[in-house]
Amino acid sequence: MAGLMAGFGHYTHALVRGVPASLTRAALRMQPTEVDLDMARREHEAYVELLRARLGLEVVELPADESLPDCVFVEDAAVVCGETALITRPGAESRRRETDAVKRALKDLNLNIVEMTDENATLDGGDVLFTGQEFFVGLSKRTNQRGAEILADAFKDYAVSTVPVMAGLHLKSFCSMGGPGLIIIGSSEPAQKALKIMQQMSDYRYDKLTVPDDLAANCIYMNLPNKGHVLLHCTEKEFPESVKMFEKLKDYMLIPVCNSEKVKVDGALTCCSVLINQKANI
Amino acid sequence: MTTEAGSKTEVKEKAEESAAGPDQSEQAKQEHQEGENAVREEKEGKGISRYLPTWFKKPKSQSQTSPTKEVQPTEEPASKATKEEEGPSPDVNGHAEEVEEKEEVKSEQVKETEAETHSNTSADTEPAKGERVEEVEEQSPEEAKETKEGEGAEEEKKEGQVEAEGNGQTSVFQSPLRVVRKTKMKVIVCHVTLLDGTDFTCEVEKRAKGQFLFFKVCEHLNLLEKDYFGLIYKDNHEQKCWLDPTKEIKRQIRSNNWQFTFNVKFYPPDPSLLTEDITRYLLCLQLREDVASGRLPCSFVTHALLGSYTLQAEFGDYEPDQPRPLDFINQLTFAPNQNKEMEEKILELHKSHRGMTPAQADLQFLENAKKLSMYGVDLHHAKDSEGVDIMLGVCANGLLVYKDRLRINRFAWPKILKISYKRNNFYIKIRPGETEQFESTVGFKLQNHRSAKRLWKVCVENHSFFRLNAPEPPNKARFLTLGSKFRYSGRTQAQTRLASSLIDRPAPSFDRTSSKRISRSLDGAPVISVTAAGRDGAENGRDPHLELHSDSKVSVSQTEAASAENTISETKEPEKMTEIEIEETVVIQEVSKATKAGLVTVPPSPPPPPAAAAPPAEQETQQQEVKVQEEVVTVEETQQRKQESVSSESESEEEAEYHPDVPVSLCQTQIPEEKEEEEEEEEEEDVEPEKEVEEQVSPPVALPALAEVSHPEDETSQEGVCRKEDADENKEQEHETEESTDDVMVTPDEAPDSPLLSEETEKTAPSEEKEPRVNGEALLVEVDPRPQVICCSEPPVVKTEMVTISDTFAAQKTEIATKEVPIVHTETKTITYEAAQLDGNGDGEPGVLMTAQTITSESLCTTTTTHITKTLKGGLSETRIEKRIVITGDCDIDHDQALAQAIKEAKEQHPDMSVTRVVVHKETELAEEED
Repeated sequence: MAGLMAGFGHYTHALVRGVPASLTRAALRMQPTEVDLDMARREHEAYVELLRARLGLEVVELPADESLPDCVFVEDAAVVCGETALITRPGAESRRRETDAVKRALKDLNLNIVEMTDENATLDGGDVLFTGQEFFVGLSKRTNQRGAEILADAFKDYAVSTVPVMAGLHLKSFCSMGGPGLIIIGSSEPAQKALKIMQQMSDYRYDKLTVPDDLAANCIYMNLPNKGHVLLHCTEKEFPESVKMFEKLKDYMLIPVCNSEKVKVDGALTCCSVLINQKANI
Repeated sequence: MTTEAGSKTEVKEKAEESAAGPDQSEQAKQEHQEGENAVREEKEGKGISRYLPTWFKKPKSQSQTSPTKEVQPTEEPASKATKEEEGPSPDVNGHAEEVEEKEEVKSEQVKETEAETHSNTSADTEPAKGERVEEVEEQSPEEAKETKEGEGAEEEKKEGQVEAEGNGQTSVFQSPLRVVRKTKMKVIVCHVTLLDGTDFTCEVEKRAKGQFLFFKVCEHLNLLEKDYFGLIYKDNHEQKCWLDPTKEIKRQIRSNNWQFTFNVKFYPPDPSLLTEDITRYLLCLQLREDVASGRLPCSFVTHALLGSYTLQAEFGDYEPDQPRPLDFINQLTFAPNQNKEMEEKILELHKSHRGMTPAQADLQFLENAKKLSMYGVDLHHAKDSEGVDIMLGVCANGLLVYKDRLRINRFAWPKILKISYKRNNFYIKIRPGETEQFESTVGFKLQNHRSAKRLWKVCVENHSFFRLNAPEPPNKARFLTLGSKFRYSGRTQAQTRLASSLIDRPAPSFDRTSSKRISRSLDGAPVISVTAAGRDGAENGRDPHLELHSDSKVSVSQTEAASAENTISETKEPEKMTEIEIEETVVIQEVSKATKAGLVTVPPSPPPPPAAAAPPAEQETQQQEVKVQEEVVTVEETQQRKQESVSSESESEEEAEYHPDVPVSLCQTQIPEEKEEEEEEEEEEDVEPEKEVEEQVSPPVALPALAEVSHPEDETSQEGVCRKEDADENKEQEHETEESTDDVMVTPDEAPDSPLLSEETEKTAPSEEKEPRVNGEALLVEVDPRPQVICCSEPPVVKTEMVTISDTFAAQKTEIATKEVPIVHTETKTITYEAAQLDGNGDGEPGVLMTAQTITSESLCTTTTTHITKTLKGGLSETRIEKRIVITGDCDIDHDQALAQAIKEAKEQHPDMSVTRVVVHKETELAEEED
């Protein structure tokens, strides 16, 4: 049944994209670093395999585009909620064309496509946190007010609140949903501040799981048939303290995913896929 | 013309009553009769009557004309038979009946005649009472006493019968109908557009109150759960306004356009908790309209889904054999941007609802609609402090701030300490967060003062409805509310839920309007009860207590537009016409108080210099005070305390405050509202010339005891109601409002720890700090923000002071004199001293009222009303005595002395009790008040 806000975390499909060789030198990053391309590709393959084989999602994999060094981070190119996909206008000029392939792929999945054509608007999917009840949009280096307004227009059913992002690249650089009504949040001051704002702006009450490392707060939550609550999170090797926090989640299938290379170019776990819940046609 | 007549008559009535006042016995009898009538009604009534609020019933029984069908049955079955008889029924009352053409009416008349025989006396007298009550609130406390008593009795009786009402409002409501009778008024035809788009026409007497019409409509609709609904009219500026049930229609609409629309006023957060399908159906109709018009935005998918449920509810199962349903579908409007694609989708989804009853489909519709983020959000255009266009949304959970489509801020009710408006500025005072030390005030600028006031009222009503257990305690309400007119008068959601849970009538059958082929009435349809349990936003951990202070000094400038222009200078002496200058300078401020952190929580913390007075007081004071004062105030404030950012409030023409946190249990909300402009204005208009004269004369007609704020020395309130409570119980709700219109009242309260206090203190304290500006120095001086121990030795008493001065129409006064426009000016000053006990925040639990009694005594120029309530809270029984002393006279009365005397007496009489609160309310009427 259609039904508003049903089934948070239910996904049937995932959209991913390959890692271009240009990522190592041309991908945007906040801190200059060296990226091991092979390593990054191996990690990405493992990620995709996890989604496909272990979690049983229908994975749509787009080929990498060498002219788009950041193209692996498909999350920024589209925001999908329910049957609607908002094709964004990424804040970084170099990434604007990433949306073309993504749009086609989503269209093929029968989603209602809404495009952000306003040239004054920018929005990265990484700044969009959907909680199941509402949206929070981080106003960051990549996302502006106008972008948020267009998102609000695209998803009229939901409240859309803006949250200033003081640190990090995206809103989801320090937070993500860990389940229905559960926000995983980093412990840095900017992260905590953002959480406070989100709590104040919301009519709903969220639980929070605070982890010591901001980057570790970026997780992927799913609620899958036969598997229940599933959480993809960082590995113990990367953030040992934070991993301990996830172990507090009872009845969760916890899956550590290594993301050590992509993170160097500011790519977190959620960045690498667009998750879709395609309803069986009634 | 009518108005005048009416007013006169009322006056007379008052006089009569006052005369009669002494004999309570008579009144009691009358009431008794009423009670009986009511009982009958209930018995005979379809059963509906049981659930009706007392006030509802009463009117019916007594007023011949009352629209309610129930009434008929009540009196005698025979009446029905009589319907046929058309002859002008003999009426007891005379006026109303003439008008009626309706059969029902006729029948009723017959009944009434009979009925009246029984209750003639009551009918006559009562009306007066009803009005009085209102009047009392505003004007003369003396009369109020009587009414109270009488009502009290009535209430008791009725309460026995009717469940869940518990409001003191009853009395207020009753009056309208009766009043109508006496004065033979013209009948006017009202057109009400119902939710299904049909027109309902009915006649009401010209002076009928809003509720009369509303009840007629509800009756027509067969609606019992009516508290979620209301009537809207358009004012002269084409703005939609809610018709206040407690006020005369004529005075509100101010035009000859008696057109109304019936709408949902409070959107139930969980429609599945509604008892009857018919209520849900009406809510669906409203939402369909909201959705189709775009007021309630939703996505394509949701439009389609909601549309499909609408089809299912109105047309039943999808039938394949039916030729192209699209043909009719495109005649229905589901969305603002409806297109073929959407219609296809709607039809597709419709197929999947096969087998669903209309009631089930409605419920599904609502279950989806309620999740929409804008569900139940009432939007108002405003500008923020930087002049940026924003929207303020009032809803069940609080106040939302939108910029374009984005939510940029949100203030949950529990976070809001005070809601006020001044001119076209709307302010909310925010409770400091965990890490913050100071409260802050956020201001918004609205288009004009009318919109500010409208927003304020909506906030007050929504807060009351969704957050309070009960509107105001009946008893105290009167005292408290003397000066204020506006507050939410209906039942709260909690009450209406309780009441509707008792509905046991068989599901009424009704037709879903647009259904063309199937009218499946829901009768019999299984009621799907989806229980949604706690729907309340969790965030509010605190009990919603509201203190509503609306002191509106509504000096209503005659024209709202004019507001800015008006200069109101208030003279310290009430008598003189005060001119109010309205400065628009500071409109929006966000003030954070730097000064004393402690203030927030602890009331006792001495607020800065004396200047800090209770918040409400400030404003009010301002009004009264002369311009000079205002100016001074600001200056002082700035100097004295930096804390507050000086707001322009000092000069308020119309302002009102509402303090949303009131301990629930107490429920005593103080909603001092000032007279609403409208009313006032109207009143003024209506008031007629006579009053004007007086005004011109300047000397206040009646000077209630005045505590002049200006004199610092008068620390204690000079006159007023003194309330004493046992020190032990603290929790009390002390917040009563202090504004009394006419008279000064001193209310010493004892409840030391009462949560209220704490709240109040908080409120007051903060307000004081921040808003000191309002009052001129004097106020400040007198009232030290610091809790002072009231003379009595008793328990640690901290004085909280709230100085409220409200001038009504002060601004206008001057002008009036010149112009001759009849304006009523009322200046009100209220000073409250409270004991400081604060712990009580925690105690939110409502106490159980054990007993309540009111005693009144009068002497030459003073009237003393003693109100004793015993409440059981937790294990403690608490006795609270409120004494209200009204001193009427000219300015020459030595108020200070009077106050001192009153306090002294109070102590002597109840040595074992402590004085927790002293409220001095001084009211000067420049013009006449509405009588």
